[in-house]
Amino acid sequence: MTLTDKLRTAGQKIRTADEKRASFIQGARGRWHDLPKAWRIAAALAGVVVLFALPNLYIPGIPFRTDEVDGGNSFGFVLSTIAIYVLVAIGLNVVIGMAGLLDLGYIGFYAVGAYSVALFGSPQSIVATKFPWLICVPIAIALAMVSGVILGTPTLRLRGDYLAIVTLGFGEIVRLIAVNAEFTNGTSGLGGMPTPPGTWPAGTELEGTKLFSVNDSRPFYWLTLVLIFAVIFGVKQLERSRVGRSWLALREDEDAASLMGVATFQFKLWAFAIGAGIGGLSGAMFASRNGHFGSNSITLLLSIMFVAAVVLGGQGNILGVTVGTVLAFYLPERFRSFADKRDLIFGLALILIMVLRPQGLLPSRRRARELADRRQEAKEATIVG
Amino acid sequence: MAESIADEETVADPSTLLSVDNVTLRFGGVVALDQVEFEVRQGEILALIGPNGAGKTTCFNVMTGLYKPTEGKVRFDGKVLTGRKPHLITRMGIARTFQNIRLFPEMTAMENIQVGADAHHKTSVVGALLHLPRHVREEKDGRRLAAELLEFVGLEGRGGELARNLPYGDQRRLEIARALATRPKLLCLDEPAAGFNPAEKERLQQLIRDIRERGHTVLLIEHDMRLVMGVADRIVVLEFGQKIADGAPAEIREDPRVIAAYLGVPEDAA
Amino acid sequence: MDFFQGMADNFSNLWTIIGDLTVTGLTQGAIYALIALGYTLVYGVLQLINFAHSEVFLVGAFGSVMVWGWLGYSSGAAAVPPLLVVIGMLLLGAVTASIFSGGTALIIERVAYRPLRRKNAPRLIFLITAIGASVAISEIVGLLVDRKVVSTPALVHQKFQVWFDPSDIGLNINSFGITNLQIGIVLCAIGMWLALDLFLNRTKFGLGIRSVAQDEDTAALMGVNKDRVIMLTFLLGGLAAGVAAVLYNLKFPQITFDMGFLLGIKAFTAAVLGGIGNLRGALVGGLVLGLVENWGAGFFGNDWMNVTAFVVLVVVLMFRPTGILGDSLGKARA
Ligand SMILES: Nc1ncnc2c1ncn2[C@@H]1O[C@H](COP(=O)(O)OP(=O)(O)OP(=O)(O)O)[C@@H](O)[C@H]1O
Ligand SMILES: [Mg+2]
Repeated sequence: MTLTDKLRTAGQKIRTADEKRASFIQGARGRWHDLPKAWRIAAALAGVVVLFALPNLYIPGIPFRTDEVDGGNSFGFVLSTIAIYVLVAIGLNVVIGMAGLLDLGYIGFYAVGAYSVALFGSPQSIVATKFPWLICVPIAIALAMVSGVILGTPTLRLRGDYLAIVTLGFGEIVRLIAVNAEFTNGTSGLGGMPTPPGTWPAGTELEGTKLFSVNDSRPFYWLTLVLIFAVIFGVKQLERSRVGRSWLALREDEDAASLMGVATFQFKLWAFAIGAGIGGLSGAMFASRNGHFGSNSITLLLSIMFVAAVVLGGQGNILGVTVGTVLAFYLPERFRSFADKRDLIFGLALILIMVLRPQGLLPSRRRARELADRRQEAKEATIVG
Repeated sequence: MAESIADEETVADPSTLLSVDNVTLRFGGVVALDQVEFEVRQGEILALIGPNGAGKTTCFNVMTGLYKPTEGKVRFDGKVLTGRKPHLITRMGIARTFQNIRLFPEMTAMENIQVGADAHHKTSVVGALLHLPRHVREEKDGRRLAAELLEFVGLEGRGGELARNLPYGDQRRLEIARALATRPKLLCLDEPAAGFNPAEKERLQQLIRDIRERGHTVLLIEHDMRLVMGVADRIVVLEFGQKIADGAPAEIREDPRVIAAYLGVPEDAA
Repeated sequence: MDFFQGMADNFSNLWTIIGDLTVTGLTQGAIYALIALGYTLVYGVLQLINFAHSEVFLVGAFGSVMVWGWLGYSSGAAAVPPLLVVIGMLLLGAVTASIFSGGTALIIERVAYRPLRRKNAPRLIFLITAIGASVAISEIVGLLVDRKVVSTPALVHQKFQVWFDPSDIGLNINSFGITNLQIGIVLCAIGMWLALDLFLNRTKFGLGIRSVAQDEDTAALMGVNKDRVIMLTFLLGGLAAGVAAVLYNLKFPQITFDMGFLLGIKAFTAAVLGGIGNLRGALVGGLVLGLVENWGAGFFGNDWMNVTAFVVLVVVLMFRPTGILGDSLGKARA
């Protein structure tokens, strides 16, 4: 009895603390919008500058860099990985957060993107002609989108849970093909990936040498940041258009949406294809950053981690999914002594956070309200019942 | 193809907007609609009445493509609707409201109506991404139509509010505005007066007339007889999935089968 | 032409070994079916993919190997023990595995699902906590066994029996045998299905489960305690998984802490294939999946076994979204 009581009070405490934090965030949101526009632009610019400067940033006394830890990876490398995963999360958020489709096999599209770069750019691939990076990436996006359409056409009519399991199956099929097929060269994979063009500008230490190489991941990080901003801009455009309204409508009430003239299937397919395309782009970035891509970079657990990170951060809200992804992939790099318990902690954290805050850490306002409503309904139902 | 041409020929009377031809719908053993047959004429207000469970809502669901009839066909504007997807039917010109309000609760009133207006828009991903002129124009048109409809149903100034925060009566009116935004030839209202007080019913009656004035044909499911008698040009009565009467309000009022159905008196005793 | 020649060769290869593939497929399918029962039960009642059910199975598998080990029957043990001891060990293993699996299922329900049910959270959130529970449990098992492969003891003396030789009746099929264990496994799966079916259709508890599956609100009004019904459902699924775990231990020489993932997906596939929410569907789906993937392996090669399984799932769902037997969510069959 006493133990359960203790647990209960502890839970209560966490909950009140959590509510305080939530109202703080809400307040911060309000205050941010109250600031004069010029200030907001200045602050946003400063934030962007910090983001770009991050790989070179040291703050004495605050060891946030992963290379300050024993055996830690280069900070530029970790940052570029996280940036690529954030790109993944933004793409997945289109599918899950905006259109409400549960895609557990997202890694499949990521792999399609990575292997496209490998096939059309690597000298070791069976494709005879070798294309430059700037051609490989559009091919990667296009192939990923095509595979999204091919997978989506038969499956998007299925019930939500079935879609989840079919996409999981798709991810596994892609992985198994990568392991077994000849053109992917299994776990050894393909190397010698093409890199984006460019050299270090005059005045820099490495002046004249190739900007993008496996020796220094920072340029990849910067490039990925640019891509992230571009993708966010595009997604925001969609969100504010007929497309975004249709997604929201079909997520809230699919029958009502189609009775109001929303071509639900077509818009689901678009969400799937767009998500796939962004996934393919991320995979392409990952492959060219690593210079090499093999089948063991594709694990279903990673795929599920992506989904978890999106939901954990707060689906529907780009800032939220970014935060979720950064936490899920940065913390284990920073606290390496827990590395072997990383998945365990991740699993427990998922349960704890989702039970306390089903809407995620930083939900979109709409999502937060949806959940609050449902909770209220449940309460009323128990009172009546 | 050949079939649809033939069908167009069969609709001889140009004043018929929609016709329900011998529609039967079974759910397992339940016969929800049994050989139902009636038509809606251009420009009229037709009321569909009947006791609870008579099959009125089911009839709407068949017309709007949510259910596929076991037998029979629905024709609209000379074309067979049966088998078409709901969103295509909406685009052909049928819109509806729901017995249990089904707005998009987390969208604002304005956005709800914009979804309806989007039914005839063409902008898709590319247009929105590149801000093509058509996208800009359609967004503007959509917002203008939404503002106009908000005013039309008496919700001016509330466009920014979330649908779920609106009072019940406003939600009902918002649903009508959303349906009107799809520019329907035929507007189907499923118990729009449910839960209204007499004053609100009065306003609704006027609104329905105004809707007809705007050029929409109206099909109305309603239990409130005063409202029905006050606004309908013709009435169709369903009971246990069967049509039992069809005619002008004055005839329906006198029809012994209808009286029996409503009073629950066995037919022969009436 | 090479391609068609290759296909023809593959096919004749498949045909000659089809007997063995069929037997192996049915055995493996029976284990999928037992795990699938748990998915289908929970789905039938809660419309929820209990993603952590694979770990319910996993804990049972490790639990029974552990208890056998304490009693001196580990993989190192020289000879197969006498019959009476074997029977005792099997029963003990089944009981242990069921306790472990059933307990795990109950804990998952209590920790990961019930708080969310109270909040009426959307289903996606359940899936995420389920994933969390799944990862956490398999990692805990991994820590306990140092992430090493664990060998299972050889408890059953597998007797191999050739029943008949197809070439006797002029078929170009290799002769094939069936072991006592294989028969036992298939019979166990069928038995478990029968037992669950009887339980659901003939007992008061079963009635409670069926009524919640059909219409929870009405069931609640009729005085059915929903929490208790849900716990019972998880427990039943856990018991079936426990039986599956023991059979798995007898059939396969090794178990690993991360084996749940793939097995779980396969079993869920089996449930969907047969028609989720439908007990008989789980059995049929499991057996069909086992057969198809083994035949597929015979045709395309072992590497492609899992690909066949998933392709079959996608194809079945495309043409028959409710599975082979149709789902009976909320209908009579729990
Ligand atoms: N999806 C369904 N599955 C099975 N039966 C259904 C379904 N939809 C409707 N029914 C049955 O069809 C019959 C007609 O129902 P319907 O909702 O059309 O009645 P209604 O005339 O709209 O009644 P009310 O005035 O109460 O709204 C009822 O017996 C109902 O139980
Ligand atoms: Mg009705």
